[in-house]
Amino acid sequence: MQNRSAGKTVKRRGIRSLSDPKVVPYVFVAPFIVFFLFVYMYPLIMTVIMSFQQIDGPNHHQFIGLKNYQKLNTRDFQMALQTSGRYALWDVIVLTIVPLLIACILHSGLAKGSGFFKSLFFIPSLTSIIVAGIVFRLAFGTLETATMNRLMTAMGFQPVKWLSYAGPGNFVLILLTLWRWNGVNIVYYLSGLQSIPTDYYEAAQIDGASALQKFFHVTLPCIRPVLIYVITITVLGGFSMFTESVALWQQNNAGGVGRTIVGYMYMVGFKKNNLGLASAVGLTLLVLVVAVNLVQLVLMGFFRKEE
Amino acid sequence: MKKLLALFLTVTMVFGLAAALAEDAPVKMTLWTFQELHTELYKTMMEKWNAEADKPKLDIDFQVFPYEDMHNKLTIALQSGEGAPDLVDIEINMFANYLKGDIGLAPMNEYVEPIEDHLVMSRLNNYAKDGKFYGIDHHIGATVMFYNTEILEAAGVDYTTIKTWDDFHAAGKTVLEKTGKPMIVWESADCWSVYPMVNQHGGDWLTPDNQVRMDEQVVIDTLAFMKSMLDDGTAIPCPGGWTHTEEYWGWMNGGNCAAVCMPFWYLDRFTNYMPDLAGKMKVSAMPLWADGGHKSAQMGGTGTAVVASSPNAELAKEFLAYACLTFDGCVTTWKICGFDPILKDVYGSEEMKEPNKFFEYYDQDIFAVLSEVLDDIPDTCLTEYFPAATDIVKTQMAYRLVELREDPEQIAKDCAEELRSQIN
Repeated sequence: MQNRSAGKTVKRRGIRSLSDPKVVPYVFVAPFIVFFLFVYMYPLIMTVIMSFQQIDGPNHHQFIGLKNYQKLNTRDFQMALQTSGRYALWDVIVLTIVPLLIACILHSGLAKGSGFFKSLFFIPSLTSIIVAGIVFRLAFGTLETATMNRLMTAMGFQPVKWLSYAGPGNFVLILLTLWRWNGVNIVYYLSGLQSIPTDYYEAAQIDGASALQKFFHVTLPCIRPVLIYVITITVLGGFSMFTESVALWQQNNAGGVGRTIVGYMYMVGFKKNNLGLASAVGLTLLVLVVAVNLVQLVLMGFFRKEE
Repeated sequence: MKKLLALFLTVTMVFGLAAALAEDAPVKMTLWTFQELHTELYKTMMEKWNAEADKPKLDIDFQVFPYEDMHNKLTIALQSGEGAPDLVDIEINMFANYLKGDIGLAPMNEYVEPIEDHLVMSRLNNYAKDGKFYGIDHHIGATVMFYNTEILEAAGVDYTTIKTWDDFHAAGKTVLEKTGKPMIVWESADCWSVYPMVNQHGGDWLTPDNQVRMDEQVVIDTLAFMKSMLDDGTAIPCPGGWTHTEEYWGWMNGGNCAAVCMPFWYLDRFTNYMPDLAGKMKVSAMPLWADGGHKSAQMGGTGTAVVASSPNAELAKEFLAYACLTFDGCVTTWKICGFDPILKDVYGSEEMKEPNKFFEYYDQDIFAVLSEVLDDIPDTCLTEYFPAATDIVKTQMAYRLVELREDPEQIAKDCAEELRSQIN
């Protein structure tokens, strides 16, 4: 009997402590912490360890020092870096500017039926990237009879082997990404534009500011937080892009035209069954993305204290 | 005492009943493949197996996955030791990946060794390590030339007179001049043009102890020959990059090219994807190199393997041998898949002469071509770095040669260096 009552007290004390104001916050964040530790931290730590190992199966791994990192000094990896870098650069430029311009036009009320256009731009982001990729791949085919080449010939240009060379290949990739993600970025920008008080524009109007001056001195500073967010996720998305290139080039990547860093990591890890080297590639990508994002955030004044 | 006896009898009865039930219930197995065509073969062979009285009944669940998905799943299943199937089709370029470390596949030596003299062993050596055969192939994959006779006739070329690659090139010039069409396509995004040509010429990418052979003179010479055909327009880059794209099939089907050099199993691609060429295509041996080399090259393939940890591994091995190494199994392979079987005994047999869709399409004695080259097909050297070599050929060698038209010697040297840096 005594033992049982003792058990009860312990339990009751446990319940009381859970509702303790000092404990409650931890209980609320616990699911995230647990999720973070097991789904993000554990794989990250394992990746760091694996990147120093030669892995030939579950029971065959040995430490080989920096050898995996030395193996990154190959033409293959450099091509992947170039492809990803080129793509990320154009991705950031195009996917920051184009949606911003469209959002401004839609917001200004210059265009009629802006509600219709908003949904029209947003629809592609709901489609499957694989399906869209196949349509793009066939439209931008190598033959002169492919849709885009017919268009080129009709306009008096030479047909282009779109997906065979780095330049045109990157163009198609950016076009696919723009078509797909334009609408999402427009939504972000619109939310930013709608939060700007109209008084600012009125004040600028009274001071005699032109439309361009209003854009650069009122609109842009006001949507800076949105701009920072959009650029940050675009940089991240640009460097970690994988699906789009697989959809366009499938498993074949002649000349490394469409092989990104993630594509290279996938190929090394699974097709060559070298998980150690793939881990090293993954960590290199992580360092690269963090570095680029930090530079971009510092340049945009993200860490500057608000005055 | 009576109670004890009753208990004993009940237990015996229950166990006996269970055993009887188990005997009648078919043994369940799983087979993974990435090629739906293969399941037709296995299904037919399973029905034949189940019809035999002395064999335990089988119930195989055939699961078809996309190529990459299946190999990824298998890698993970074998590495983690869980979820692997009983039988699995592994593509030749990927096979070396599964022969690293603790090998998760079961050797088939007890079925292969007794009939070694009857098999094309160079095929099975592709799937062997330390004298153990882990995979059974369905075909030899001898590379042959497929000619579009309609175009050749229009240009006044008789394909039977083409004996060497130089003849082929000369014929190409006539075809181009008379019809304006190219003689052949070279792949820029895959290895099915470069590798058979190099291999037939006597070259390869690696030695068995992983010394790189990519920059040998024979490779440079082969690439130089291919480039000379590109330069005068008798060969063009393959539409779509390689010969397994919708673009290429549609283009070829439209009668736009006089020939294609592919392994024997490409027979089936013509019947399935290029129906308009029925009756116009003829199969012929590869042209020969004037300075030596071989009559053909064995390309592509799938090694079907038994997973060692399977509870039914022994039975799975017996079934695999039944389906792929017996006379009946090999004849069925030809009839269903159009493959050139690895059992030499079937060639020349009456069963192989029975009419089917392939004889109808090509309207010739296809096997006469094959038996011509069967005695001189070189081995391919598939070490654990073969997947890396293939990747370099696909992404750099073929592309730089066919699309960028760079200097063959420079390409060969760069590719060799790249492969060495990946090995060391």
